[in-house]
Amino acid sequence: MSERTTDVEGLLRSALRPIEPPENVSGRVEKTLSAVTEAAAEELSAWAEELSESELAALRDPRNWLRPAAAVGAGSVAGGALLVIELRRRRKPSALRNITEQVRSRLS
Amino acid sequence: MPESEPSLLQGSAKAELDAAFERLYRDHLRDVYSYAYYRVGNHHDAEDLTEQAFLQAYRHFERARRESNGRPLRPWLIRIAHNLASNYHRDRARKPHSALDQIEPPAAPHGTERIVEGREELKQVIDCVQKLPNDRREALIMRFALGMDNREIARALGRSDGATKVLIHRAIKQLEQEMEK
Repeated sequence: MSERTTDVEGLLRSALRPIEPPENVSGRVEKTLSAVTEAAAEELSAWAEELSESELAALRDPRNWLRPAAAVGAGSVAGGALLVIELRRRRKPSALRNITEQVRSRLS
Repeated sequence: MPESEPSLLQGSAKAELDAAFERLYRDHLRDVYSYAYYRVGNHHDAEDLTEQAFLQAYRHFERARRESNGRPLRPWLIRIAHNLASNYHRDRARKPHSALDQIEPPAAPHGTERIVEGREELKQVIDCVQKLPNDRREALIMRFALGMDNREIARALGRSDGATKVLIHRAIKQLEQEMEK
């Protein structure tokens, strides 16, 4: 690198010195960041409260009862169907027992 | 995956993140401010830009830390300031200057004139730096005002290390030629 280049670099170092930020800048940035974090925290808690309120409101609204009622109905139907299948399954061995008895009586 | 903002993190993780951000802020407030000042040329706008840069950095800090794999975050921070400064100049180029702009004093109390303290040679360098193409000027500000090395500058400008080395070399060469005129 030439001597002239060194000079230019030296001049650049002197000319482009770091600039100390004024006192108020640091206070201003910190204040803004604190405000942002506080606002975010408040927003979150408000959001959580709002959510539970809306859930409660939804529970109180009769229009929303239809779906749970339908679910209960569907559950009952399914349960009933299961009961019928189980009864039929239990009845089958007894029918078989009747046939066995009929065969036995014919043989005897 | 959406980035998690600092405010959505849980207790101790958020406290740790905030402490890390505070360190970043304390370590690099002067860097960001210096860069902003040399890009916009006055303290008022440099303050605004610094504030915006840290605000943006805070919003994306968790992700930046995760993706940096332990590398220093100064280039990322300066890149934010760099982009904001580019937006600032783009907006100013679009908007017509109002009367208010005209009554603003051309040099702020800590302006270029005071920095060079009457030394003609330094003033000449500053003038020549102003005449450089944007990318060369920005690279020189990063190198000499902020003391960043080639790798850091490359990351801040989104270029390769080699391209950055060439950029700085050409900037200094051009400056030499301008100074000899």
